[in-house]
Amino acid sequence: MPETNNTLLEVKNLTMDFGGLRAVDAVSLSVSAGEIVALIGPNGAGKTTFFNCVTGIYKPTKGDVLVHPPEKKSQKINGFKSNRVTTIGMARTFQNIRLFQNMTVLENVMIGRHCRTTTNIVGAILRGKKTKRQERETVERSYELLEKVGLVDDADEFAKNLPYGAQRRLEIARAMATDPFLLLLDEPAAGMNPQETKDLDELIVRIRDTEKIAILLIEHDMKLVMNISDRIYVMEYGKEIAQGAPMDIRNNPKVIEAYLGEETDA
Amino acid sequence: MEYFLELSSSGLVRGSIYALIALGYTMVYGIIQLINFAHGEIYMIGAFVALIVSGVLTIYGFSGVSILILAALIAAIYAAAYGYTLEKIAYRPLRNAPRLSPLISAIGMSLFLQNYVLLAQTPDFLRFPALIPDFEFMEPIAHIMGSAELVILVTSAISMVGLTVLIKYTRIGKAMRATQQDMVMARLVGVNVDNVISVTFIIGSVLAAIGGVLVGSYIGQINFYIGFMAGVKAFTAAVLGGIGNVPGAVLGALVLGLTEAYAAGYISSAYEDVFAFGVLVLILILRPSGLLGKAVKQKV
Repeated sequence: MPETNNTLLEVKNLTMDFGGLRAVDAVSLSVSAGEIVALIGPNGAGKTTFFNCVTGIYKPTKGDVLVHPPEKKSQKINGFKSNRVTTIGMARTFQNIRLFQNMTVLENVMIGRHCRTTTNIVGAILRGKKTKRQERETVERSYELLEKVGLVDDADEFAKNLPYGAQRRLEIARAMATDPFLLLLDEPAAGMNPQETKDLDELIVRIRDTEKIAILLIEHDMKLVMNISDRIYVMEYGKEIAQGAPMDIRNNPKVIEAYLGEETDA
Repeated sequence: MEYFLELSSSGLVRGSIYALIALGYTMVYGIIQLINFAHGEIYMIGAFVALIVSGVLTIYGFSGVSILILAALIAAIYAAAYGYTLEKIAYRPLRNAPRLSPLISAIGMSLFLQNYVLLAQTPDFLRFPALIPDFEFMEPIAHIMGSAELVILVTSAISMVGLTVLIKYTRIGKAMRATQQDMVMARLVGVNVDNVISVTFIIGSVLAAIGGVLVGSYIGQINFYIGFMAGVKAFTAAVLGGIGNVPGAVLGALVLGLTEAYAAGYISSAYEDVFAFGVLVLILILRPSGLLGKAVKQKV
């Protein structure tokens, strides 16, 4: 799919060095509105590092990260702190689950609303009309999101007590609570059984279609990737080795080589 | 029996003062794993501001309770500004430095603030007016618990309940808990962690300043050095209760205050510190993570 004028995220020649190690080497990638884009590659290819650069956990050594939020002006966000990146409208989840374990399910989602509400400490003490209204809206919106990921019944449970698959969905709900236009999912299906993966697959497509949130995901589960992605980027040893539609990627010799090793004449 | 009650009351008063200061230590530690050694100095500065304000207000003809409230309010605002600035200039630039660096910076700020007050004010003890009036209804039990003690206990209790509610139910409280649990993730869900840390310092400083005003009025004299011992005791209380744990800090402070009061009353006031720190050693041997602290799992 060619780049259209409703590109949301545009990464140009992103490079990240750790001392002498080049973890990400001149990778370019773009995501447009309404797309599900996958980033795949063998372990250690630099996919998560790439995510970390885009979401402000690392400051890239070279290259540009540009965002074009819908109906707002474009920005270059290299080196922005993560909370600013999230406020602009890109939210992410982690490969290993990072919920606030000792808070309830509802509170976890409410924290995601933090950057969209404004009550300060004085407001919290005085509890004026605006504070109360905002608090009510936060709770309502959080319940709505829990409804969408099917966790309403567990709202008052501690996050740590949820089963694994539910924790994953809660992470997605929390990320959605920040009102993103782009959701970055780092291996959302890791450790899930086939049924859970199938549910997740549907959830991701639903988020894209009904919430109008574009998705960029890292994933190892090829079935899921091939099923739902519009476009796929492939990384190996920090470099981008291929990109294209799922069918092209499946038959790309370079990709097969990266995953299965070089073919030798025997 | 009456003697015991008398000692208990004075122990609780000490304990609640320690608690007001200890909360600042424990909240800051909970969020950024820093022992803010300059925290005792904020308490001392709070007491000094209150003294100056009450002097000025007395000249203008204010009296009694109105002075106490205004002095406490201005001291709290002043201390909040100090706490905020302290974090901004001495700790924030070292956020990603090795853990020892901010610790040294904290000790440096502590010495700096002490000597700054020493030069700007005086090395001598200053008389602090008794701002807390004597209530008539306390008359019958005044030999056990006077009005000043009552005011200190009630004020501390209100502050602590207020803090608990703030942490548990408000937006900023949720952000504080989230930051404490996982700072990177808190940022990623859009929490401005820098603001949260600033607010934590401000809250801690306000509580310490309230403690400073109450102690000044209760003991009747202050000097530039009172922050040091109070800081050490409050830190002890925080460790005793399990550092990073808010209810733990209150419990630790009360245990410490009562231990000191009983040791002073039944044995000798010369030994009160021996017993206070003896309890600390004992508890750390038996429960290394403190009374309410949980053993910390090292994050990998």
